[in-house]
Amino acid sequence: MYVAVKGGEQAIARSLELLAEARRGDPAVPELELTQIREQLRLGVARVMQEGSLYDEELAALAIRQAAGDMLEAIFLLRAYRTTLPRFGYTLPLETDGMRVRRRVSGTFKDIPGGQVLGPTADYTQRLLDFDTTPPTATTSAEAPLPAEMPRVLDLLEAEALIEPADADSDPEPLDLTREPLTFPADRATRLQNLARGDEGYLLGLAYSTQRGYAESHPFAGEIRMGEVDVCICPEELGFSIEIGSITVTECQMINQFHGGNGVPPQFTRGYGLSMGEGERKAMSMALVDRALRCDELGETAHAPAQDQEFVLSHSDNVEASGFVQHLKLPHYVDFQAELSLLRTLAKQQAADSGEQPLHAAGGLHA
Amino acid sequence: MDTSPHLARSQWMSLLAQSEPDELALAMKELAPPVDAAWLRPAQTGLYMLRGRMGGNGAQFNFGEITVTRCSVQIGERIGHAWVRGTHARHAELAALADALLQDPSLHARLRTELLEPLLRSLQARRDTASRKAAASKVEFFTVVRGD
Repeated sequence: MYVAVKGGEQAIARSLELLAEARRGDPAVPELELTQIREQLRLGVARVMQEGSLYDEELAALAIRQAAGDMLEAIFLLRAYRTTLPRFGYTLPLETDGMRVRRRVSGTFKDIPGGQVLGPTADYTQRLLDFDTTPPTATTSAEAPLPAEMPRVLDLLEAEALIEPADADSDPEPLDLTREPLTFPADRATRLQNLARGDEGYLLGLAYSTQRGYAESHPFAGEIRMGEVDVCICPEELGFSIEIGSITVTECQMINQFHGGNGVPPQFTRGYGLSMGEGERKAMSMALVDRALRCDELGETAHAPAQDQEFVLSHSDNVEASGFVQHLKLPHYVDFQAELSLLRTLAKQQAADSGEQPLHAAGGLHA
Repeated sequence: MDTSPHLARSQWMSLLAQSEPDELALAMKELAPPVDAAWLRPAQTGLYMLRGRMGGNGAQFNFGEITVTRCSVQIGERIGHAWVRGTHARHAELAALADALLQDPSLHARLRTELLEPLLRSLQARRDTASRKAAASKVEFFTVVRGD
């Protein structure tokens, strides 16, 4: 059978006009400026950067406006745009030790060197819709700034050998998922890159499943810190390293149930999460899923979905997932015709084999 | 590697990149590009892959990319380079010009006072303000002693 494949150009053109009109909304209302999105929707910008896997607030703001606030579409736009840019190289590893902290809390120790700094958080709000439009009161400044470096909470445990060491003795070149395909088994560096790009909602659901008993790992939020870190590169032209600017990141260090045996004393284990901008929920989810996926190296039996790296990593990317789910909208006329004709043939065959008249042909049940 | 001239240059290149583009433009207003400036590599935006470390201090992993704009300019015999985060071409151009001019011993002292020092003060002031605001939200725990 021949199915018409041409046509629809005009309908598509009209659809694009409707989309542009719907995106813009009432033209009597001023269009959103990118600086407004950047300044007032900063958490949305952070999410688009993180899952778009590209730190650039202006491009993320543009993507959010173009996508009319559809975050997954904005993430797609950013991912597509990055493919048009040349890759200059790799930065030096971010030094989160030297973070200029704006928030830092621990769920495990009350008194930590450097203190608990709440920063801008919604944790202590009533979470009630606020109809009050009065501008915020001016912020207060302390007499002295925070210490330049804050020790890591987990280092306190490491000093007592109560937590597994951070494995800094070997520093292999990590695989880059933007260059190489994902293969299994994936090492931890590859898994972390995948999780960093992964959908927040998906990782949140998986992280939640580990807390509800699917891969129970008894997590504690050892430390969460948010602030600015320097980005450093070492270009060949120079032969020495320079800072090229600063970015905001959120880091989560989870402390999990202890292990031991084979000569190793009982120790807590680690899960790690890192997110661009203020992305606490994402960083915490990432840390929980990172820990669950370490089941093999820690000798745990894998029985839960969050421990199955092939399942977790293959479905974390919302650009891939959205594309594959939504492609079902596209014409499948030929495929469907083939199935339909097969089904009709089978139905006829069954009717012929049983010798019974189909009900509709016999005039229904009460004939 | 980090002999002192390198260290000094690394520091000023870092400062130029960390500065607000508008402030840099204002500070360099008087320093119009010399007539013999040759743009060896016009400002070009590309990507660096950011790297993190597991647990903050363990083995490396690829975290996600970042936009970076680079630029190279030659003034006389001196070549100035710049790499700045973001897509701001003018920021990279000004930083590359400043890098070339700062290598000129006859200009260096003046530029240090008129360009670098004000930029550094401004950067430190911004960081100090942010840190003192954060410090104001530091938790002071009180221990309630219950007498029997």
